[in-house]
Amino acid sequence: MDPLAFYFLSFLAVTGGVLLVAFRNPVSSALAMVLSFVGLAGLFVGLNAFFVGVVQILVYAGAIMVLFIFIIMLLDLNNERSIRFRSSTVLAGLVVPLLLIAQVLGVIQGGVEGEEAQFGEITAETMADSAAAFPEDSAIHKSLTHEKAPKLPDTNLIGHTIFTRYNFPLQVMGALLLVATVGVVVLSKRSLAKAPADS
Amino acid sequence: MASLNDFLFVSGLLFAIGLAGVIIRRNIIVIFMCLELMLAAASLTLVAFSRFHLTNGLPDYNGQVFVFFIITVAAAEVAVGLAIIVALYRARQTINVEDLTSMRG
Repeated sequence: MDPLAFYFLSFLAVTGGVLLVAFRNPVSSALAMVLSFVGLAGLFVGLNAFFVGVVQILVYAGAIMVLFIFIIMLLDLNNERSIRFRSSTVLAGLVVPLLLIAQVLGVIQGGVEGEEAQFGEITAETMADSAAAFPEDSAIHKSLTHEKAPKLPDTNLIGHTIFTRYNFPLQVMGALLLVATVGVVVLSKRSLAKAPADS
Repeated sequence: MASLNDFLFVSGLLFAIGLAGVIIRRNIIVIFMCLELMLAAASLTLVAFSRFHLTNGLPDYNGQVFVFFIITVAAAEVAVGLAIIVALYRARQTINVEDLTSMRG
């Protein structure tokens, strides 16, 4: 990944994160979160993970952000009273993350160093080599060995991995989404039914 | 060329920012957003290691499948969490965590 693009995108992601914490208005915080997630999605694309990058934009910057904004509007939190932060919490909120960053730095220093930490190149030749593991007439093989423009078929490869090695977890995820949907309906419905009884 | 360590550092930085937000902020919706930021920061680590660990010349797609599952769980979690926040607001008319002390021992 080009260093300039890396620094720009990580700056975007980190700035979005800092603004998310710093903004007082929750709507501004939600928009800062989107900025951060767009930067992260760019970093994913820079790591040849196109599918994950696109899903990140669609799910986080699309669906989840709209849900957050919707709830903020629904609860009408725009004119929130100004909150005074206690100095002890602010101190804890600075010290604990700084300790965490120090630990991350320590791990990075002791881990793979210099040349060894560089990412291996993915070129037309390496892709043609790795195509041998897939059947000749498969979409993955065709995309990897395309004469004019061979490209990494990462969506196909993720699909291949999910449906060969992670079949059962995928079914569990489907059940989880169903349970979450039913749970949300039950949660909202019960409070609706309870409201007239309380008043 | 950005190395693996750079990506791991950015990921750790984002996680630390999310953690700071969870500790400092008092608005439960903003706390929830910071939790999402921490989940996304962990995904960056997984994708970076997936790209770093080339198997047979291709990225290790186990890591990216894991990220896919994390995004699915995060979406379900946001839906349930926001429903709980709405129910909480209906019951208490507040989303400030300092006003929610009924579980304090």
